[in-house]
Amino acid sequence: MTIGLYQPGHSALHRLPAGAKLAGLLVVSLALFLIPSTALALLSVPVAFAVYLSTGAPFRRLIAELRGPAVLLLIIFAFHAIFGSIADGVLTVARFATLILLASAITHATPISEMAALVEWLLSPLRPLGVNPEKVGLAIALAIRFIPLIAEELRHIREAQAARGLAANPLALFVPLIIRTLKAADELADAIEARGYDG
Amino acid sequence: MTKDVSTRDIVYIALFAALMAAVNLVPAIQVGFLPVPITAQTLGVMLAGCLIGAKRGGLAILLFVLLVALGLPLLAGGHGGLGVFFGPTAGFIISWPFAAFVTGWLTELNWKRMNAVWFFIFSVIGGIGVVYLIGIPWLAFVAKLSLFDAAKGSLIFVPGDLVKAIVAAVIAETVRRSYPLMQTAR
Repeated sequence: MTIGLYQPGHSALHRLPAGAKLAGLLVVSLALFLIPSTALALLSVPVAFAVYLSTGAPFRRLIAELRGPAVLLLIIFAFHAIFGSIADGVLTVARFATLILLASAITHATPISEMAALVEWLLSPLRPLGVNPEKVGLAIALAIRFIPLIAEELRHIREAQAARGLAANPLALFVPLIIRTLKAADELADAIEARGYDG
Repeated sequence: MTKDVSTRDIVYIALFAALMAAVNLVPAIQVGFLPVPITAQTLGVMLAGCLIGAKRGGLAILLFVLLVALGLPLLAGGHGGLGVFFGPTAGFIISWPFAAFVTGWLTELNWKRMNAVWFFIFSVIGGIGVVYLIGIPWLAFVAKLSLFDAAKGSLIFVPGDLVKAIVAAVIAETVRRSYPLMQTAR
């Protein structure tokens, strides 16, 4: 799989099973929300940052990934500082920083296929309720397969319209794209049914 | 949940999720007078509800959100991964499947009399109403802000969302006239 935020590597976080990573993240987030201690939250930020760096993501990626959340956290801090208390601002921002860093680290260190397998496994207890994990797996695989195809289609339509002097017009772009996608879906569903697949 | 979802539905759900993903790979449109760029994200949410109905539209957007969580950089600006769901704005993203469901449910109920105006109204109810109804309290809770402060911070996005609802309505109406949609949907 070439698209995705996964960063191949051999760190400790890479070697842990996906389920353990996710469980750990949930435990940390619960702990941070249930224990309203500013000291704990502040202490966890450098730890989370160390975990994030341990995945070996290149520095440029790090900046690109953290700039957006950093701005958002700055705005939230400003809100707290102006309308509330600075202590509250420090606590919430430290909390978010920790969780965003840890969660991003897990995304860097876990291949999408492993995450998808984890989702199927997590859904299997819901089978009695009528949830079919294989169908969910099929949907994930189909969607990932079709993203580059539809992106390619989008480029074609754009080029065709640029050639006729039509600048970015959402209507002229989306209508043909949606109709082609719906048509592709119908044809694909016919093909699957014709082969007797029943998930 | 998937018991009454046929293979045909799965294909529709998957391809619509892929469509929303592909559209998000396209750079955002900057509208001169607006403070924030218009991204295709909630446009896709509105369109999913308008075009493939409540169940399939909601599940398509749920699948899209799941793909983001799995680690695909499908949100505006190439963001994605688990980190998004632990940030202050996670509630907005989690609201999208519900928003698509509500827009789709209203559209299905009124399918016989759908036109651009109704598409616009239902897009606003789902794609703006439901999104803010979930996203703002979530933001207020996790960021320890008051509801009022959280709402104030979110207001800058409303003009862009209204523009998106108009665009969604025009697109949905054009597609409705040119492709048999709900006949295959139910």
